[in-house]
Amino acid sequence: MDRRPRSFYVLATLFGLFLVFLYGPTLTIGILSFQGPGGGLTFPMRGASLHWFRQLFEQQQVGDIWGSFRRSLVLGLMVMVTTLVVSVMGGLAFRKRFRGSGLLFQLVIASLVIPSILISLGVGLMFSQAGLPVHWAGSGFGAQLTWTLPFGLLIMFAVFNRFNGAYEEAARDQGATPWQTLRHVVLPIIAPSLIGVGLFGFTLSYDEFARTLLTAGSYNTLPLEIFGMTTNVTTPVIFALGTLTTLFSLVVIGLFLVTAAVMNRRRARRASDAGRAV
Amino acid sequence: MQRLLKSPHVTGWLLASPVALVLAVFLILPIVMIAVISFWTATEFAIVPAFSFENYQFLFGSSVTYRVFLNTFRYAAITWAITLALGFTIAYFLAFHVRSQTWQMVLFLLCTIPFLTSNIIRMISWIPFLGRNGIANSALMSWGLIDAPLEWLLFSDFAVILAFVHLYTLFMVVPIFNTMMRIDRSLLEAASDAGASGFQTLVNVIIPLTKPGIMIGTIFVVTLVMGDFITVRFMSGSQSANVGRLISNDIALLQYPSAAATAMVLLVTVLIVIGALLRLVDIRKEL
Repeated sequence: MDRRPRSFYVLATLFGLFLVFLYGPTLTIGILSFQGPGGGLTFPMRGASLHWFRQLFEQQQVGDIWGSFRRSLVLGLMVMVTTLVVSVMGGLAFRKRFRGSGLLFQLVIASLVIPSILISLGVGLMFSQAGLPVHWAGSGFGAQLTWTLPFGLLIMFAVFNRFNGAYEEAARDQGATPWQTLRHVVLPIIAPSLIGVGLFGFTLSYDEFARTLLTAGSYNTLPLEIFGMTTNVTTPVIFALGTLTTLFSLVVIGLFLVTAAVMNRRRARRASDAGRAV
Repeated sequence: MQRLLKSPHVTGWLLASPVALVLAVFLILPIVMIAVISFWTATEFAIVPAFSFENYQFLFGSSVTYRVFLNTFRYAAITWAITLALGFTIAYFLAFHVRSQTWQMVLFLLCTIPFLTSNIIRMISWIPFLGRNGIANSALMSWGLIDAPLEWLLFSDFAVILAFVHLYTLFMVVPIFNTMMRIDRSLLEAASDAGASGFQTLVNVIIPLTKPGIMIGTIFVVTLVMGDFITVRFMSGSQSANVGRLISNDIALLQYPSAAATAMVLLVTVLIVIGALLRLVDIRKEL
């Protein structure tokens, strides 16, 4: 291996600084959430305690955090499953051109670039004008899908663009039905990417704010609850909540990554050639 | 029936029907709804069906509108320039300077993980840094660079741009990295064999080939910044305005028809910008 050019060290330093920029603030509130009971929103630390975390568990102090967490969790799982199923179907559909596929593709892109506030406002108005209940599991769920589905579909498009059709042909030649081909050949090959789609579906929903703002109705999701707190809570309790929910996100991301790694390793151990198509 | 199911158009639509349905109900219908309501009128308590250009007349007749739109473009332009420079550099480092695939993967994941955590928390987390008694001010004072704390760090345009860069640089890094990874490495060798310096290779080979990724990143960043209403409100401490805030202020006052009219103008503006950008890149080819 030849020597690294000087530009490498300059860029590596810049990359390191970028990581500090990305993670520094989050780490800071992580530290500050252990403020002593008399501490404020900035340094210095006035002692160290679990005071602010304890406050989170004394519900009446800071609103309905655990209720909103539960709702965000359920909504995230609903969005995740729907995004997975709909994206895989959509990805399969787009492998062949069909009448109107170009238009539908443009609609998917539009869904990604149209400002969230329009979806929020439009869905909210539509439900209220139609006399339907504005509820996180109905209007909120649909509004979030307009954000997670394009991501899921784009991942699926990328996956199928690189998909080697020879495996399906081989299955068909051996007499597999289309359903058997899908179930035993296509899905196992694309499985690791499905984990990515699921991860996006869940985390994007769990953290979504703009699209749920006017579509969640009278029960807040967690991001809405946190935003409400920013206007009237001036103690480190908000940092404690931020730390906990960020940790939760990190654990979820870790679980998805570990699952993907285990899957890949199992596949490699079995020495099947299936994985090489991806 | 059997023959019908074999037609690629029918199976295509059957498989695509769920996504088509979701987008029809939660994307097209709501926008039609906004378009319709933008012609309605409002009293203090309710919105009244009508066909009136009142909202648009008011919108285009007010100098505030133009100022706010201008400010929105300014945020978008500044954020775009910074995220592009930063995102390109990061992607370039990852794609061409990190040699082991495992490290590439790990560093790339490190860049993406914050995207999957809460934007609001990430905004809040700037408070201890930028506040009057925050880390930045204390550090600058202890180094003797300033005598009194800087007031413009938090709740200012500076803070707004900083937060945008913090939240959205990733949307530049990922597509640019993606296109860079598909550049045939032999082209770079050819360039260096032909006597090009590293800088010449960058300008004449890498940048032109990375253009599609840059375009996709641009579309993401520009639309996210133009449609934002929460970052500006939070980071400027309600001192600056963009179009999103204009809309959300109307919503807070229950002036839905007026909010809808502003939203329509914002939508058209964003679509024009995207339309112009899409002429320069074919997204489907880039996936």
